[in-house]
Amino acid sequence: MKTLIAAAVSALIASAGASFAGSHAIGACLITKTDTNPFFVKMKEGALAKADELGVKLSTFAGKIDGDHETQVAAIETCIANGAKGILLTASDTSSIVPAVKQARDAGLVVIALDTPLNPIDAADMTFATDNFLAGELIGAWAAAALGSDAANAKIGMLDLAVSQPTVGVLRDQGFLKGFGIDLGDPNKWGDETDSRIVGNDVTAGNEEGGRRAIENLLAKDPMINVVYTINEPAAAGAYEALKAIGRENDVLIVSVDGGCPGVQNVKDGVIGATSQQYPLLMASKGIEAIVAWAKDGTKPANTPGKDFFDTGVALVTDKPVAGVDSIDTKEGTDLCWG
Amino acid sequence: MKPILKAKGLVKRFGRVVALDNCDFELLPGEILGVIGDNGAGKSTLIKAISGAISADEGEIWLEGKKVSFSSPIEARDAGIETVYQTLAMSPALSIADNMFMGREILKSGWQGKIFRRLDRRAMEIFARDKLSELGLLTIQNINQAVETLSGGQRQGVAVARAAAFGSKVIILDEPTAALGVKESRKVLDLIQDVRAKGVPIILISHNMPHVFEVCDRVHIHRLGKRLTVIDPKKYEMADAVAFMTGAKEPNEKAA
Amino acid sequence: MEKGQKFEEALENAATSVADFDTDDKSFVSRFHHALHTTPALVPLIVLVAAIVVFGLTLGSKFFSPFALTLILQQVQIVGIVAAAQSIVILTAGIDLSVGAIAVITSVFMGQFTFRYGIPVELSVLMGLTAGTAIGALNGWLVAVMRLPPFIVTLGMWQIVLAANFLYSANETIRSQDIAEQAAFLQFMGSKFKIGGAVFTYGVVFMVILVVVLAYALRATAWGRHVYAVGDDPEAAELSGVNVKRTLISVYATAGLICGFAGWALIGRIGSVSPTSGQLLNIESITAVVIGGISLFGGRGSIVGTFFGALIVGVFTLGLRLAGADAQWTYLLIGVLIIAAVAVDQWIRKVAA
Repeated sequence: MKTLIAAAVSALIASAGASFAGSHAIGACLITKTDTNPFFVKMKEGALAKADELGVKLSTFAGKIDGDHETQVAAIETCIANGAKGILLTASDTSSIVPAVKQARDAGLVVIALDTPLNPIDAADMTFATDNFLAGELIGAWAAAALGSDAANAKIGMLDLAVSQPTVGVLRDQGFLKGFGIDLGDPNKWGDETDSRIVGNDVTAGNEEGGRRAIENLLAKDPMINVVYTINEPAAAGAYEALKAIGRENDVLIVSVDGGCPGVQNVKDGVIGATSQQYPLLMASKGIEAIVAWAKDGTKPANTPGKDFFDTGVALVTDKPVAGVDSIDTKEGTDLCWG
Repeated sequence: MKPILKAKGLVKRFGRVVALDNCDFELLPGEILGVIGDNGAGKSTLIKAISGAISADEGEIWLEGKKVSFSSPIEARDAGIETVYQTLAMSPALSIADNMFMGREILKSGWQGKIFRRLDRRAMEIFARDKLSELGLLTIQNINQAVETLSGGQRQGVAVARAAAFGSKVIILDEPTAALGVKESRKVLDLIQDVRAKGVPIILISHNMPHVFEVCDRVHIHRLGKRLTVIDPKKYEMADAVAFMTGAKEPNEKAA
Repeated sequence: MEKGQKFEEALENAATSVADFDTDDKSFVSRFHHALHTTPALVPLIVLVAAIVVFGLTLGSKFFSPFALTLILQQVQIVGIVAAAQSIVILTAGIDLSVGAIAVITSVFMGQFTFRYGIPVELSVLMGLTAGTAIGALNGWLVAVMRLPPFIVTLGMWQIVLAANFLYSANETIRSQDIAEQAAFLQFMGSKFKIGGAVFTYGVVFMVILVVVLAYALRATAWGRHVYAVGDDPEAAELSGVNVKRTLISVYATAGLICGFAGWALIGRIGSVSPTSGQLLNIESITAVVIGGISLFGGRGSIVGTFFGALIVGVFTLGLRLAGADAQWTYLLIGVLIIAAVAVDQWIRKVAA
């Protein structure tokens, strides 16, 4: 019995020593909302690739579903205990995660928010994100220009993310409306607009099924919808199926945000009119670089001028460019796409 | 008279407990044999061994002179030993006809039965109704009533009718009147005698001495894992039987 | 032999009928109660008709058009198919939490076998269906032979199958356009035909045929009687000669097969093969089953009731959206319906024994 205890204690000491010894490799953590959304899958791939390149030891964590906040808190605590130097985080609940983030920063880690800014945004050391509002504006402006004079009588279906109105959903929705030229009401939520061109909002959970069901519900209200804003490309694909089922797929403009490869392919095939492309791989690799820089000499990257985060860029991908809105074609979009 | 059902030297152990200790058993044709014994004497184990619910470790069983061994109650049933369990083994939500034919349903003849496996409801209902009437269970109006809507006595009646209906050679009744009131018990006892009148021998396990002494031709007294003796209820008092059962008195003639 | 004991002499003058059923009590409530007891699908049918009438009156032709009404059928077809699978499992007093996962993984198998390995589409569909049946059979074996509680077994299987689904598919979505070009048979269940203004898909037709076939099997075959018996009282069934193990395994395997068809129909509905779809199918199927009047305690209820239950959810969802209500009101009302359905089921179960 005594030998057993002695053996266990020495093993413990040895392993503790090992974890300190092995840490000339910088430790970093990537915590995403889920493991199943292709956007985060790509982000993880990009982070792992960059980490490999720079000799960073990267641990990855993810919530079970969108909104799983507890798993992310536990992951942050694990990272602190593991002696990581930095955390890359896409937060499921951008306000509730702040205390855990503070705990990490107090322990000397650098915390970088990816894609989804924390609330308040300076709760993180740095934010690498898409300007989701701009992404929405681009497709809104494109849609209005593509319709030309018909924009004044357009019938718009808004396919959003969830009734809890997460930030990303609100920003894209309101951005689209602003780009299209519709009064926003309260820019912090959707659904309160009074413009008669909006047929209605429905939620999709960001997937094909939800997209199909949501547009069906809106079409039942007004079958002559001719513009559809969608929160992301899977929802757009679902909406297209529903429109195809009633034979109106060629009469309706569908716009979206994401820039994933299947989505860009859909733009090429005419399923989606235009999509705003974002760059998760860039976010991830820039994040890893930032952690390395911080570990070396404590420097933090600077914000994009005029914004309180680092804008990793957004580009409008379409094969039908309009005047006044910069865009790239699907060939370029395919080169840059993810997923 | 040769026994229709005979067991010799049955032994059954559950771990260290010897439930059946070299036990013998005989059932003569056309009789009602009562089986009594105190709790823990092993009579339920004996009945389970005969009805196929358990397999004895040692010993042999003969049915109609042929050696048999059952590995499930269904095998015993197929050989002609039907058991009416204390819990009746009926599905409450299903109808009388459904329960009657559970596990041996009649399919419609021709393509409907062979290809679509369609049940011949009418045939089953008619058969069920006939069997119930034969035994005088006329108060059950609707053969498609769910069994749970019947009284305890009516359910017992249906269970007994089910056991008697399919050409059985032996019927075992396990505590048939245990949960019934005076009137209903009377009906069930009449029912038992009607079944015997059709020529089917019956093993009646019961704690109710008056009932046992009333209807049984012989009474098998079980004690300490084996048959103590078999008495003629006409020649002994109930008090004697209880005394034998509990060891207060030893019988003069031990069973062979 | 003396006829009866001395104290039974009093029986000479006793009433002769063993139990009198008060057939005089023809009050509406008790007649209604009896009707519900014999036809359990009556309650959801009444609720469904009432809901259609109310929404029709308040929303007018927008709701009452053939387009909207058949749209409901299309929106519930997947849940309806999965709920049919759930129904037979619940009838055995079991539950299957892995139905959604089985549906999704079979759709992924069908898609990936065709696109990744180049297997002919029809064969891929067949293999997907076989996989679904096999997973169901495994559930059944664990429940029947290993005697593990169905809730636990299918909870674990749900996790296993879902994770396997993500691992195998690497989260890859197969685009609708690609499927339409190369393997249109995968989308077969989504093909539609029109009768007047009403639009039906083959998936809807399949759902209806499935309900009819299962209703027949449950009512008119020995297997159906055994399913009810196993759910009502498995020991009684065993003692009566029902092979309880075999019945249970066949029920879960059939459920798996039906979920395989649901996976195929899912491709038809959303056009693409998406590993993240169908996440809520298990909860939605249980909802439809419960609202449809099948008792979670097993042995009672009709699959036609489940069909009505699924339709009720669809009617409420579309009707409330058309009326402009927040999506949350739908969830609230469905919750109320569930509790009400269980309460009615308990009342129906009360019998004068």
